[in-house]
Amino acid sequence: MWTFVSPRIVFGEDALTELSAIPIRRALIITDRTICQLGLVDRVTEQLDRFGTEWQVFDAVQPDPDVPTVLAGADVARSFEPDWFIAVGGGSPIDAAKAIWVLYERPDLQPAEINPFIDLGLRKRARLITIPTTSGTGADVTWAIVLTDPGEKRKMGLGNRENVADVALVDPAMAVGMPPRLTADTGLDALTHAIEGFTCTWRTDLTDGLCANAAAEVLECLPRAVGDGTDIEARTRMHHAATSAGLGFGNAMASIAHAMGHALGAAFALPHGRAVGLCLPYTLEFIGRETPGRAALLASRLGISSSPGEPGARALAAAVRNLAEAVGNPTSLADAGIAKDVFEDALDKLTDDAENDTQMITAARSPSTDELRALFATAYEGNAVSF
Amino acid sequence: MPFRFPSNEWIVELSRLLNESPSYESSAKDWEGDFVFVVEPDEAFEGTSFLFLGLLHGKSTGAALLSSLDERPAEYQISAPYGVWRKVIEGELDPIQGMMMRKLKLHGNLMKIMRYPKAAKEIVACCADVPTEWPGG
Repeated sequence: MWTFVSPRIVFGEDALTELSAIPIRRALIITDRTICQLGLVDRVTEQLDRFGTEWQVFDAVQPDPDVPTVLAGADVARSFEPDWFIAVGGGSPIDAAKAIWVLYERPDLQPAEINPFIDLGLRKRARLITIPTTSGTGADVTWAIVLTDPGEKRKMGLGNRENVADVALVDPAMAVGMPPRLTADTGLDALTHAIEGFTCTWRTDLTDGLCANAAAEVLECLPRAVGDGTDIEARTRMHHAATSAGLGFGNAMASIAHAMGHALGAAFALPHGRAVGLCLPYTLEFIGRETPGRAALLASRLGISSSPGEPGARALAAAVRNLAEAVGNPTSLADAGIAKDVFEDALDKLTDDAENDTQMITAARSPSTDELRALFATAYEGNAVSF
Repeated sequence: MPFRFPSNEWIVELSRLLNESPSYESSAKDWEGDFVFVVEPDEAFEGTSFLFLGLLHGKSTGAALLSSLDERPAEYQISAPYGVWRKVIEGELDPIQGMMMRKLKLHGNLMKIMRYPKAAKEIVACCADVPTEWPGG
């Protein structure tokens, strides 16, 4: 027995106008300053102003939001008393909005207590609309919340099925202005969601199709979207692929690349998509050594390789590396600009944090501590995984 | 020789296997907190059993079948009907998925336990390695 959760999703051209069909009395918009400066919040408030909806903006969310930020946002919410939260942005504002919403409804909880094993009792005071402005996070449709613990420089995987949004407005127009580097990073995040959602041990019949199709779309459309930001068809398909991958992995799980990526992101401030996308080929090669079945099956479904077993898994890893190179992303941690001595100083903590990341529990092949350490070292050098 | 579940012999064998597991030792090196597994009655099992498992710094400090929860208080309790425990031990049910679906109920400091997912996985792996005899077929 398992459960599939999803918001009501309004997607495609003019999806944003659906805001006017939602009876909102008072909306607290959770976003970041860059999104405001780009005028994307104005597009949201224009819709709200048409019906005289009262709104306020909390734009203090930083990349990789931390606990103090969501506590500050919850204070703002308690003062403003919204009946809807509207999250506008990439994964950081959306994850922050989910946490702020929970803390607004459950002031007895600390952020680190938001977990899937308890009943939160949400929707007594407010509901949540998500509006993604990047094509990658999938946070618009997932219940996961990633917050950074600034004291420990560690990302915490939190969330509860109840904190999935009520409505996701997936309007490609909100993402067409992304610069090439952000397009590439977030697109590789979507690909990692799709592939890990398909290959992790919590995959299901309901999530496989979403993940496989999203992976195919990213492989085809990401180079186009990075190469020509005005290619609206590629932008639209990437935006929808990101949400599809979000539905897929959000109802399955991610895996080792996310565990490693979270550790790298916290240690070196690497953008999330760049970090997980860089780790993905190495983790595919690693699981391919002993448990290649799902990766090889996906390679087959994507038309990459018909080889069963390890060769199929390695072919999928190669396709991911080729895509990263095609969109100008680093394929090793050294290429990502991390100095060798800095990396070596951080290696113990990277290993420890990744080993204890919640995404590790669904690994098709669980690395030992030494293997995980070796995976980081291999990803640093850019070598193929041979263990 | 198989060990009947639930019994004192079964939980003692789990404790022994944990102490032989380098993976568990490394993943739980900082862990402090004992568990009681509560086996609740269902159509295949009568009565309620309490299995105590002491855990400290990557080692099991002891194990015993208790007569009640009060006999040896533990920081964590995981409760489930007998049939659910059987599925977990036989590898048919991921215990974390089981907890998400409320088939297993966890009492204790969740913030702490969520920082040790690999240790939890290693305990489940050791459970599967205990040769087990199931009353009720």
